Amino acid sequence: MSAAPERAVDAVIEVRGLNTRLGGSVIHEDVSLAVVRGEIFALVGASGCGKSTLLREAIALLQPVSGSIKVFGQEVVGLSDEQALPLRRRWGVMFERGALFSSLTVMENVGVVLREHTGLSKRLIDENAAVKIALTGLPPDAGHKYPSELSGGMRKRAALARALALDPELLFLDEPTAGLDPLSASGIDELVRQLRDALGLSIMMVTHDLDLLWRGADRVAVLGEGRILGTGTMTELARSDHPLIREYFYGPRGRAAREQAWKRNSVTQPSASSS
Amino acid sequence: MTGRTITDRVAGPSTEAAISRGTAPGELSCAGPWTVHGLASLEARVEAFSWPVAGELSIDGSAITAMDTSGAWLLYRTLRALEQRGRSVRLHGLRAEFDALLKLIASRAAAAQSRPPAAPSALARLGERAWMGLLGLGGMLSFLGEVAVAFVRSVARPRRIRWKPILHNLQAGGFEALPITGLLSFLLGIVIAYQGAEQLRRFGANIYVADLVGLSMVRELSPLITAIIVAGRSGSAYTAQIGTMKVTEEIDALRTIGIPPLELLVLPKVLAMIVALPLLTVYTDVMGILGGMVMARAQLDVSYGTFLDRLDDAITLRSYLIGVGKAPVFAGIIALVGCYQGFQATGSADSVGRQTTRSVVQAIFLVIVADALFSIVFSWLKI
Repeated sequence: MSAAPERAVDAVIEVRGLNTRLGGSVIHEDVSLAVVRGEIFALVGASGCGKSTLLREAIALLQPVSGSIKVFGQEVVGLSDEQALPLRRRWGVMFERGALFSSLTVMENVGVVLREHTGLSKRLIDENAAVKIALTGLPPDAGHKYPSELSGGMRKRAALARALALDPELLFLDEPTAGLDPLSASGIDELVRQLRDALGLSIMMVTHDLDLLWRGADRVAVLGEGRILGTGTMTELARSDHPLIREYFYGPRGRAAREQAWKRNSVTQPSASSS
Repeated sequence: MTGRTITDRVAGPSTEAAISRGTAPGELSCAGPWTVHGLASLEARVEAFSWPVAGELSIDGSAITAMDTSGAWLLYRTLRALEQRGRSVRLHGLRAEFDALLKLIASRAAAAQSRPPAAPSALARLGERAWMGLLGLGGMLSFLGEVAVAFVRSVARPRRIRWKPILHNLQAGGFEALPITGLLSFLLGIVIAYQGAEQLRRFGANIYVADLVGLSMVRELSPLITAIIVAGRSGSAYTAQIGTMKVTEEIDALRTIGIPPLELLVLPKVLAMIVALPLLTVYTDVMGILGGMVMARAQLDVSYGTFLDRLDDAITLRSYLIGVGKAPVFAGIIALVGCYQGFQATGSADSVGRQTTRSVVQAIFLVIVADALFSIVFSWLKI
C-alpha cells in the first residue's frame, strides 16, 4: 500500500520521509502521514513498532535521523527547547503514565502551566484549573488531592486536564485508555470526542484500544515494519487485505470490537467517513 | 466527520480582547479574541469595569472573534457575578460555537466549585507531629526487631543467606569507598599534624606529634570520619534504592513472589556494612597516620623512622581496638537507618528525596551520639 498521504489542505501535522534509528535498530523508514485540522487521528501498531517514538518526535522531544515533521506548518525537527516553546504552548500532551508532578496537587499540576505562561491572577488561575478538572469529569474534591491518592483512571483524567490547561489547538494523547477498566476507558473516549466537538481540537493519539479506535477515531494509520501499512477510516482499514493489518484487526479481540462497532453503527447511523 | 474549526485560534491575537459600553444605557459589547493568551489584560479590565448602575444589561457578543474555555469561564463568571448582584443580564449575538462552549462551561461550573480542605489548627498540627514522631520511634524499634528476627532465622538456616548481594554491597559500600575515605583521612592527618606542630615546637616536644596524630586518628577521628562519609555515600544509596522500589511496588512484588524483602534487601546491606566499615577504618587509620607523618617531617623535622618508633609506644593495642570496635556499631546504625527510611517512602518522587535527606542526617546524628556514649562509657570504665 502506498505510504504517501493525500496532500492535505489544512494539515496540523505533516510528516514526510521520516527516518528514525534508535540504538542501531531502524524504527521508521520513510514514514509520511498528515493529520487534518479538527480530526481525531490514531496511530496504531504492535508494541515496539515506533508509535510512541513518532509521537515523541512530533512534540520535539526526540530527533529523527532525517525527514521533516511540520506542526502548524512549522518544522519541528531540529528545534531547540527554546525554539520549540512557542509551538509547545499551542499543543497539549498527555503522557502514557500521566507524568503528573507528584509533589503538587492536581489543581497545582494544572495551575503550574497557567502560572508559567499567562499573567493571570491567582484567583483566575485556580478557577481555570478547577474548570479544566471539571471538564475532564473529575469530582470537585479531586483537585486538592495528590496524584498518589488518585486511582489510575482519575490520574489519566487529571493528566488530560493538565494537557488542556492552555486551551491547546492540538492534543497529543499517548495511550489514553491503557490500564483502565472498560468503564473508565469508555468514559475517556467519550470525553475525547466531547472535547474535540466543544473546543474544535485536533487530536493525535497513540493507542492499542480497539474499542477506542472504533468509537473515537476519525482516521487511523497502521504502523508496522517501520512504515505506514495503511491509512483510512476504521471501516476502510477493516477491508484492507494487507496481512499485518488483517492480523491486527481480525485477531479475536479485533473481531469482537468490530462486531460491536458495526452493531452500534447499524442502530444509529451508517459509519461516517472522513474527508 | 471533521471537527468544527474555530477560526482565529492562532497565538498572538490580532486585536485585543475588550469589553466596552455601547451607545444606549445598559448596552455593552465584547470584542476580540477571548482566549487564554490575551486574558491577563482582559481580566484586569473586566475587574475594573464600571458597570452601568441600573437597568437591564444587554451584552452584545457578536464581535468576539475567538473563544476558548478560559475566555468562556471569564465571561461566565462575570455574568454570574452580575446576576448575583441582582442585575438581569441578557447576552446576545454570540456565535453558535461560542454559545455551545459557554453552555458546556456553565454545565460544569457546579463541579468546579470546591473548597480546599480546611487547614488544621496549630495545636492539631503540634499534636500530629508529636504523634508521628512517636509512631516513627515505634516503627524504628519494630523494624530493628524484624531485622533481628530475620537475622536469627538466616543464621538458623544458613542456606538462606544471600551471598551475592552481600558481596555486591561489600564492593559498592566498602571497596569503592577506598579512594575517597583514604584521601580524606590522609588530609585529616595532615591538618592535625599541622595544627599540633606549632604548639609542640614551642615546648621542644616535636616527637610527640606521633602521639597526637596516632591517638586522635586511631581512637576517635578515623572511625568517625569513615562512618560519616559512608553514611553519605551508602546510607543515602540504600534509602534511595529501597524507597524507589517501594514507590514502584517492587517491594510488594518481592513479597508476593515469596522473597522476604528484609532478607534480600536489608540483611545483606547490614552484614556487608558491618564487615566493610571496620576494614575501612583500619585503612583510614593507616592513611591518616601517613598524612601526619608526611607533615611531621616537613614541619618538625621528625624523620619517618623516628615517627614510627614513637608511634609504637604511643598507640596501645587497646586504643586501636577501641577505635576499630566502634566501627561495627556505626555500620549497624548507618545500614539500619538507611534501609528503614527507604521503607518509609510513599507514593512520590518527592518523598524518596525527603527520606534520603532524613536518612543521612539521622545516620550521622546517631553515629555522633553513639560516639559520645562510647566516650562516656570508656571514661567510666577508665580505659
